[in-house]
Amino acid sequence: MEVDQLQRSFLEYSRLLFHEGFLDGQFSQLQLLQDESNPDFVLEVVSLFFEDSERLLNDLTIALDQQNVDFKKLDAHVHQFKGSSSSIGAQRVKNVCIAFRNLCDEQNAEGCLRCLQQVKQEYLLVKTKLEALLRLEQQIVAAGGAIPMLNEFC
Amino acid sequence: MGMAAADAQFHVLAVDDSLIDRKLIERLLKTSSFQVTTVDSGSKALEFLGWHDDDDDVDVDVDDDERNNSNEAFVSPKNHQEVEVNLVITDYCMPGMTGYDLLKKMKESAFLRNIPVVIMSSENVPSRINRCLEEGAEEFILKPVRLSDVNKLRPHIMKSKSICKDIIQKPENQEKQDNNESTETQLQSQSQPQQTSQSNNNSSNKRKSMDEGLSPDRTRPRYNDMTVMSN
Repeated sequence: MEVDQLQRSFLEYSRLLFHEGFLDGQFSQLQLLQDESNPDFVLEVVSLFFEDSERLLNDLTIALDQQNVDFKKLDAHVHQFKGSSSSIGAQRVKNVCIAFRNLCDEQNAEGCLRCLQQVKQEYLLVKTKLEALLRLEQQIVAAGGAIPMLNEFC
Repeated sequence: MGMAAADAQFHVLAVDDSLIDRKLIERLLKTSSFQVTTVDSGSKALEFLGWHDDDDDVDVDVDDDERNNSNEAFVSPKNHQEVEVNLVITDYCMPGMTGYDLLKKMKESAFLRNIPVVIMSSENVPSRINRCLEEGAEEFILKPVRLSDVNKLRPHIMKSKSICKDIIQKPENQEKQDNNESTETQLQSQSQPQQTSQSNNNSSNKRKSMDEGLSPDRTRPRYNDMTVMSN
C-alpha cells in the first residue's frame, strides 16, 4: 500500500476513535512525545497499559469473587485502573472506572459486578482499536512515511 | 562543582507508584530538557535525596555547642546528597507514604526544605490542594500531566537553585545568609543569561507549537501537510 493511502487510513481511523470517545486528548499528548529519539514511545506506553490492565482486571475479578467483598481494596484497584486509562487517553475505560468507584463507595456488590463486566468490555474494545491503530502506524513507518497527527484533538 | 556542570541541566526527581505514570512523566521531563530520576515510593525518594531520620532535629539556627564545634559531623557523608536535585515532582496518592507525607518530611528537614516540590493528583479536591500548598508545595498539577504542565516547572527551579546549593555547602546560618547573596549574584551573572535564553527558547518553541496545535519544531516522524488535506 502506498504511504499516502496508509496515512489517510490512519487519520480516518484516528478521527473515528476520537469521535466515538474511545480516545481523548491525552492520547494525542502521547503522540506528541514520540520522536526520532523515542520512535516507540506510544507503543511502549500502550503495551504497559495492556499488561497493567490485565493484571488489574484479574485482581478486580478476584476481589469481587470473595464472600465478603473488601470494598476498600476494590476501590484501590479501580482507582489505579482509572489512573492508567486516564494517562493514556482511554476515555471510555476511564469513565466506567469513575462509575465503578461510586459503586464501591455505595458498597453495591451487584452494581460492581455489572461494572466489572462493562469495564472488561470497554477495555477489550479499546485494546483491539489501539492495536489496529498502532499496526497502521508501523506500516506507515515501514513504508518510509511519517505518522500524521490530528490537531483538533490535542 | 564547576559552573559548567551546574548550568548544564536541571535534575528532577519524579515519584509515582504507577509504572505508566513514571514512564509518562519521565518522557515529559526529558522532552523538556530535564535530567530525570524516577522512583516508585516516598521512602525511596527520601533515600535518594540523602535524608535520614535525625534530619528532623537539625535546626538551621545552630546554637548547640556540639554542632558549632563539629561542623564536619553536620556535613558527614550520610547527609551528603550525591546528586543535586533541583525539583521533586510527586504523586499524591501512593501506598505507604503519600505525596503529602513526603512533602512534609522534606519541609521539616533543614537539608531538604529548599528543594521545590510539586504535587500531582488525579483528583481535584480543593481541601487537598490547599493543604499541600500550605505545607509548602510550589504547585499542584492535575493528572494526566501534559507538556504544558511541565513548562510551568522551570521558574520554580530557577527561584530555588542557588539557595539549595548553599544549604549543602554551608552549615551555619550566618555564613549561609552572607554567602547567599554573593553566590547568587555569581550564579546569576555567570549562568543565568545562558540558562534563561536556553530555557526561553525551548519553552517558547513548545508554547508556540502547542498554541498552534502543531508538533514541536524538531525532526520527528511527522507529516504536517496532511492536516491541510484532512480539512
